[in-house]
Amino acid sequence: MLQQYETVFILTPVLSDAQMKETVTKFRDTILANEGEIVYEEDWGLKKLAYPIQKKTTGFYHLIGFKANPDFIARLELQFRRDERVIRYLTFAMDKHAVAYAEKKHGQVKDAAPVVEKEEKPAPRVTKPVVDDDIEIDEED
Amino acid sequence: MAQNNEIRFLNPPTVEVKKKKYCRFKKAGIKYIDYKDPEFLKRFLNEQGKILPRRLTGTSLKYQRKVAQAVKRARHLALLPYVTDLLK
Repeated sequence: MLQQYETVFILTPVLSDAQMKETVTKFRDTILANEGEIVYEEDWGLKKLAYPIQKKTTGFYHLIGFKANPDFIARLELQFRRDERVIRYLTFAMDKHAVAYAEKKHGQVKDAAPVVEKEEKPAPRVTKPVVDDDIEIDEED
Repeated sequence: MAQNNEIRFLNPPTVEVKKKKYCRFKKAGIKYIDYKDPEFLKRFLNEQGKILPRRLTGTSLKYQRKVAQAVKRARHLALLPYVTDLLK
């Protein structure tokens, strides 16, 4: 049974554009070579890190959403650890809500789920430094 | 309604209108909290980047756990800082 995963990795900013693409291709191929299938991909480009990692303040972020066998993840992460171009990675096993959210975000939804706009929004309380919701609402049931 | 105020206070008595807290996720029907959206997660952090308690945000326990998990993932990916001053 294939499980859907999402992996985000950060590459060192010292790489050139071509090297960066090559590294991404390497991991993409690894997934494909292990009976995985790529569902979606996002390139966030060079982003500033919230704190320095290995004395770097920026990094190339790349996200791959894929389906794979659970035992492949250990091998993928081993590759991430061995590759010194990767400074940080995170693999996330998606549950059904996460999958629904990702599908909606990437516009591959089978039936167009109507986005319900919540109109009545009470004003935020003073004690809470929190603004009110303008987040997408995922309605699927 | 038409009562005249006989009792006078030096300081006007603080009328505490307690606003009922609610869980925004339950209310809006959000099931998944994205760890890749630091701007949204910042609503659940204080100035130092600490996670705000349920006591203040009103989030239900189920979603507080998910918020906490998402914040920790975002921190790992350097989307949010572990420690800081003047976040926001």
